[in-house]
Amino acid sequence: MSVRRLAPPELQPKSFAFTAENLAWAKQQLAKYPPGRQQSAIIPLLWRAQQQAGGWLPEPAIRYVADFLGVAHIRALEVATFYTMFNLQPVGRFHVQLCGTTPCRLRGADELERVCRARIGAPGAVTHDGKFSWVEVECLGACVNAPMVQINEDYYEDLTAESFGRILDELAAGRKVKPGPQIDRQLSAPVGGPTTLKEKA
Amino acid sequence: MMRLIVDGREIDVPPEYTLLQACEAAGAEIPRFCFHERLSIAGNCRMCLVEVVGIPKPQASCAMAVKDLPPNKDGSPKKVNTRTPMVKKAREGVMEFLLINHPLDCPICDQGGECDLQDQAMAYGVDASRYAENKRAVEDKYIGPLVKTIMTRCIHCTRCIRFSTEVAGVPELGAIGRGEDMEITTYLEHAMTSELQGNVVDLCPVGALTSKPYAFSARPWELTKTQSIDVMDALGSAIRIDTRGREVMRILPRVNDDVNEEWISDKTRHVVDGLRTQRLDQPYVRDQGRLRPASWAEAFAAIVAKVKATEPQRIGAIAGDLCAAEEMYALKDLLTRLGSANIDARQDGAAFDPSWGRATYLFNATIAGIDRADALLIIGSNPRREAAVLNARIRKRWRAGHFPIALIGEKCDLTYPYDYLGGGAETLAGIGKSRFAEAVRRAERPIVLLGAGAVTRDDGAAVAALAARTAIELGAVKHGWNGFSVLHHAASRVAALDLGLVPGAGGKTAAQMAAGAVDVLFLLAADEIDVKPGPFVIYIGTHGDRGAHRADVILPGAAYPEKSGLYVNTEGRVQLANRAGFPPGDAREDWAILRALSERLGARLPYDSLAALRERLFTAHPPLMRLGEVVPGDIEDIGKLAKRGGDPRRDVLKSPIDDFYLTNPIARASAVMAECSALAQAAARTAAE
Repeated sequence: MSVRRLAPPELQPKSFAFTAENLAWAKQQLAKYPPGRQQSAIIPLLWRAQQQAGGWLPEPAIRYVADFLGVAHIRALEVATFYTMFNLQPVGRFHVQLCGTTPCRLRGADELERVCRARIGAPGAVTHDGKFSWVEVECLGACVNAPMVQINEDYYEDLTAESFGRILDELAAGRKVKPGPQIDRQLSAPVGGPTTLKEKA
Repeated sequence: MMRLIVDGREIDVPPEYTLLQACEAAGAEIPRFCFHERLSIAGNCRMCLVEVVGIPKPQASCAMAVKDLPPNKDGSPKKVNTRTPMVKKAREGVMEFLLINHPLDCPICDQGGECDLQDQAMAYGVDASRYAENKRAVEDKYIGPLVKTIMTRCIHCTRCIRFSTEVAGVPELGAIGRGEDMEITTYLEHAMTSELQGNVVDLCPVGALTSKPYAFSARPWELTKTQSIDVMDALGSAIRIDTRGREVMRILPRVNDDVNEEWISDKTRHVVDGLRTQRLDQPYVRDQGRLRPASWAEAFAAIVAKVKATEPQRIGAIAGDLCAAEEMYALKDLLTRLGSANIDARQDGAAFDPSWGRATYLFNATIAGIDRADALLIIGSNPRREAAVLNARIRKRWRAGHFPIALIGEKCDLTYPYDYLGGGAETLAGIGKSRFAEAVRRAERPIVLLGAGAVTRDDGAAVAALAARTAIELGAVKHGWNGFSVLHHAASRVAALDLGLVPGAGGKTAAQMAAGAVDVLFLLAADEIDVKPGPFVIYIGTHGDRGAHRADVILPGAAYPEKSGLYVNTEGRVQLANRAGFPPGDAREDWAILRALSERLGARLPYDSLAALRERLFTAHPPLMRLGEVVPGDIEDIGKLAKRGGDPRRDVLKSPIDDFYLTNPIARASAVMAECSALAQAAARTAAE
């Protein structure tokens, strides 16, 4: 892991405020906590702020959430910099999180990484059209379907360089892609159908 | 009580003790970085590991309570070892990890010689490094004009974060990132705004946070350390003045649980450079409108000529805020011998009068008494500006819970929440009906804190009487508890009132004298009063400040580190400030100037040494002899004050201090204080927008 910093001032928006819908949602979240413990809602609120801001946390959003919860700004910054899933730098419209932990590596994450580098560029960089960015992350917990990536909210599993490249093409063209295993397999069941418990009970 | 066996020694400790406290009670020494008695427990440095027999792994003793130890099956007391090879090995392992990323720059580090890490590495460090990988390097942060950061040295103990959050109450410091990449900083490197921020330098166990104004100026072993008393506010915080040669290099706090615990304000700590600049180092005489350097003889001759030509009733004297008891006693003595009753130490016009009784102008609850109090009403005061360390004490009590606080006066950020009742005296008069009053009546030991600023108005006596009446009505004054507490902001004030430095029969007040009711006016380091044209002003003081600019004759005196003097703090505690250096150039100690001058004036003061002066002072005012003690006032006086009555006006009861950093001539001469002041003013402007 390396030092994570806020995005440079020229990339920061002037201000940030929750949309009416998010504001209502945030107030609902606050109600979950006993009086005086509202600051516990900081992670869900930062998360929602990140979604609203387009997948990353601008500095005004961190301040906004801190003020919203009545805590010092530094307290929100501590949380935002602690958790790597809060992106402090702008990301592409499709943010690819490539699992690079051992099972995915053994099953071909290297190839996916090559695709990323060729199609998108260096980790953390955003493509010129603003559509893609990628980072390598630790285990995303879908080892049985390795190798896999997460793009925005969805998992894409059982990838090869070709299928991954196709997914990126489809997304770039604005078409929908089916998330989950990209081969003939039901969720994380064995490839090619069940191998046990085949008889009816 | 629970029984433990620490290093073979049986000891009974309360169950809520931590293992570290228990080990210390048993006389064992436990190394630590993150643990601090006055801060919450973090348990993140792991240096305090001990062995608990029955638990396979070493335990962090600071974070393990005695009552949480699993009991032995046979019910025998738990054994704790602090000196076994296992403990030593464990601590050596921790030390090795700490040193992995700690730079080996002790020779250029300001903490060198007084560094916890350095000291403990002597006991637990290994001589060579096994670490071949790249070391971590961290960018230095700007966190204000007082604290310099060299963040590569940080060992992540988080003491500074806990201090600013818990004690100072201004949660500005934090740790961003995580693991090896954790970094201490303020939000986007804004300057800290606490008046107590200098204390994080003392708390830092390594050289990550060091004093910026003191950077690279001295090594601890070259300094002569003198225990003394601070005069920047009326608390009389215990300080240590470090000098090299004749120069004061820095000021550090000493532990005094009754007054300042172990904190001091930034003004106390960083006023040092003000002791070097703008100093008066020789007498001056005004000649054709301009001050010109003169000899002592010339200066005295000018004074003698003027005094001899003036009627005694037209001679007066005003004592300033930083004066010690000795020189104020000598000044009063001199004026009495000259036949004048025009003497006053209340430059700000505070209405306190010694004839009301001592209890009417003391912080009767005592500073340590705040810890026992269970309700607080603040009247016309901003304790954060008037006595920052006292404010931290109030905050500490508030954090302990069940401590209703209300404020009458100007709204301000005190670092703890309070009920704002209103601004003026009419709120005070009508407080009986408020919800807060009900809470106070249920309290056993409420404090009514009256800011000295609230009684500086011309209706000050009526405000004081009303405050006393309120205190009695709310049950703050009763047998065994006197909660009527006056918070002064001038270090000399209580001693001056004790010594009776108020106008005698037919005497004139400071305001009258400054307005021209006298022809010859002695200003003993009195800089906070504006003397109108007219009187011939003799200024005895240390700095080329307001008093010196107005003066016709300047006699250079000694600043507080340059003289031995008695100070009485706001609670009535008599404390002795020791001399750490000598006044510059031809300057002399103030009492000696008065003694020499008295001889020329034909009114010789009968003491030739400070000891002889103190002897007479103690004979005349025996309570001043009780060093270090609080000499309490008579509780009946509060009742008498309450009966004085009066009808105060309705305007807001304001604190007299607008700028915490520039309250006296020494602070105004200090470049560091000026920078802090500018930052604070800018921050206040931004907050207002």
